[in-house]
Amino acid sequence: MSTTPILTVEDVGKRFNGFVALEGVSATFGGNRVTAVIGPNGAGKSTLFNVLSGAIKPSTGRILFEGRDLTAVPQHAFAHCGIARSYQITTIFPQLSVHENVRVSGQAFRSRYNIWRNRDLDRALIANADAALAAVGLHDKRNRIAKFLSHGEQRALEIAIALVAEPKLLLLDEPTAGMGPEETKAMVALIERLAMDRTILLVEHKMKMILGLSDRILVLHHGRLIADGTPAQIQADSEVRRVYLGQSHGHA
Amino acid sequence: MTPQSLDTTSAPGQSRSGAGALMQLASRWRVPLTILALCALPWLLPSKALAVNVLIYGTFAVGYNLLFGYTGLLSFGHAAFFGSGAYLTGMSIVHFGANWLLALTTGITGALLLALVMGTLSIRTRGIYFSMVTLALAQLVYYTALQASSWTGGENGLRGFTVSRIDVFGLQIDFLNPLHKYYVVLIFTALALWLVSRALNSSFGAVIEAIRENEVRARACGYNVERTKLISFVLSGAICGLAGGLSALHLAIVPLDTLHYQTSGLVVMMTLLGGMGSFFGPFIGALAFLVMEDLFSLWTAHWQLFVGAIFILFVLFLPKGIWGTILGAGER
Repeated sequence: MSTTPILTVEDVGKRFNGFVALEGVSATFGGNRVTAVIGPNGAGKSTLFNVLSGAIKPSTGRILFEGRDLTAVPQHAFAHCGIARSYQITTIFPQLSVHENVRVSGQAFRSRYNIWRNRDLDRALIANADAALAAVGLHDKRNRIAKFLSHGEQRALEIAIALVAEPKLLLLDEPTAGMGPEETKAMVALIERLAMDRTILLVEHKMKMILGLSDRILVLHHGRLIADGTPAQIQADSEVRRVYLGQSHGHA
Repeated sequence: MTPQSLDTTSAPGQSRSGAGALMQLASRWRVPLTILALCALPWLLPSKALAVNVLIYGTFAVGYNLLFGYTGLLSFGHAAFFGSGAYLTGMSIVHFGANWLLALTTGITGALLLALVMGTLSIRTRGIYFSMVTLALAQLVYYTALQASSWTGGENGLRGFTVSRIDVFGLQIDFLNPLHKYYVVLIFTALALWLVSRALNSSFGAVIEAIRENEVRARACGYNVERTKLISFVLSGAICGLAGGLSALHLAIVPLDTLHYQTSGLVVMMTLLGGMGSFFGPFIGALAFLVMEDLFSLWTAHWQLFVGAIFILFVLFLPKGIWGTILGAGER
C-alpha cells in the first residue's frame, strides 16, 4: 500500500523538566487510512497527539505537514493547515446550541474579527454545519443545548466540530472513552465512514476495536516507538506482546 | 442563529413559540427599544441627575460586560478605563481649553490605548491571576494620578472645567439644564449600546462566546485566542472610557475615587445584579443599584449595608440577576 505522506514526523522528542515523554519518534502518515496509536498509560500517546495538533511544541525533531514545517507554528494555525482533533475529555462549547458549536468551528476559516457582519448571514457555513451534523447523526438535535446531550452524542458532536473544518488529518483521542457497547459500535461505523476520504489517527485502549478498525498500528512504550505495522504484524511482534498485549495487571 | 441567543446564557438557537417569538422580535429590535425606554427615563426617576448617572453607569456596565459576560474575563481593573476617560476629558478642558467633544474623544482614545497596554500585559494570565493583574495595573494608574497632582489635582480631584453651553452639531444647548444634559448623554449611550449590540451579533461576537465557553476548543478550531481577547478588552476599555468622559462632563469634577478599585468593584456588582449573561442586564443592574442608593441614602447614611445585603441575596438566590431572571421566566 503506497501513498504520498501528508504528515511526516521526524525524530520528535519531548521533555518535561527532565522527564522524557517522547523520544526519537519518526513516522509518516497519509492516504485514507486509520492508524491507531497504542501503548500503556504514560507511554506518550497524549503527548504525541498534543505535538501533532500544535498544543505543545516538541523539544527535538520536527513535524512536516504537506511539506510545510509546522514545528514553530502556533496551535491555532494548525487548524488552518487542515489538522483537526478531538480530546480524550469531551471538549465542546457546552452552553451553545449543537448547531452553533459546529457553525462557530467552521467560521474560523471565514471570519474571525469582523464585527460588521452578522454571524447568521453566512448561508454556506450554516449548510456546512448541518452537513457535518448529519454526517455524525446529530441533525435532529441541532437546536439542543450541547450540555444536555448524552455522553455519546457529545463525543459525536466533538467530531462534527472537527469535521466541519474539512480536515485532511483527523486526530481522535480515545473517541469511544466512557461509551457503552452500542455507542461504541456507532462510533466505529462513523470512523470507518470518515476514513474514506481522509487520514485518521486515533488513540484507543479497546484492543478488539483497534484490531478491527485500523489499517496500521503504532506502539509506544516509555516515549519510544517500539513497533509500527499492520494489526497482524503487531499481534505477532514479540516485544509488543511482552510490554503490552500480554499485560493483564495494572500499569506501574 | 438569531440575536436571541445573545440575550440568555442558555437558549441559543432553541426553538420557541408564542412568548418566545415575541421575545425574539424584541431582541432583534433591542437597541431601538432600549433607546425608546431610556427617552422616558428622566420622568420615571426621582431626579434628573440620577437619570444621567444611570446612563453613565449603564454604559460603563454594558462595556464591562462585553469582557466579563461575553468573553469570560473577570477584570478587577476597569476603574482604570472609566477613570482615565474621565481624567483625560477633564484635563483636555482644564489644561488645553479643548471643546467638549474633542475632550471626550481624547478621553475615549486615552482609555483605548491604556486598555491596549493593560490588555497586552494581562491577557495571557487566566482566572484569578488575570483579575489580580488587572487590579494591580489599575492601582498603578490610581497612584500615578495621585502623584501627578499638578495635572490631576491629586487627592482633591480635578476641578474647574464646568461645561455650561455645548454645541451639538450647530445646536446651542444649555448643558446646565439636567434634562438637556440627559439627552446629550443619551446620544452617546445609544451609540455605545448600538456598538456593543453590533459586536455581539457579529462573527466576532460568536468567537468571544466560543472562547468563554471553551478556550481549548476555540484554539483547536483555529482561533487566535489571545488576539481575540485583546480586541474584546480594548473595545470594552474604550466604551468604559466613554462612560468616564461623560461622567466628567456631567459632574464637572473628577474625584480621585473614580480610579479607585471600588469603582472596579462597583461595575462588577452592577453587572451581576442585572445579569451578566444578557446584553441589557448590566444596564438594568446599574439602574437598580443607583435607584437603591438614591432611596436608601434618603433615610440612612448606612445605605451601603442594605444595598450590599440585597446584592448578596441576589447572588445567592437569583444568580442570573434581575434581567436574566426575567428573561428566564419569559422562556418558560
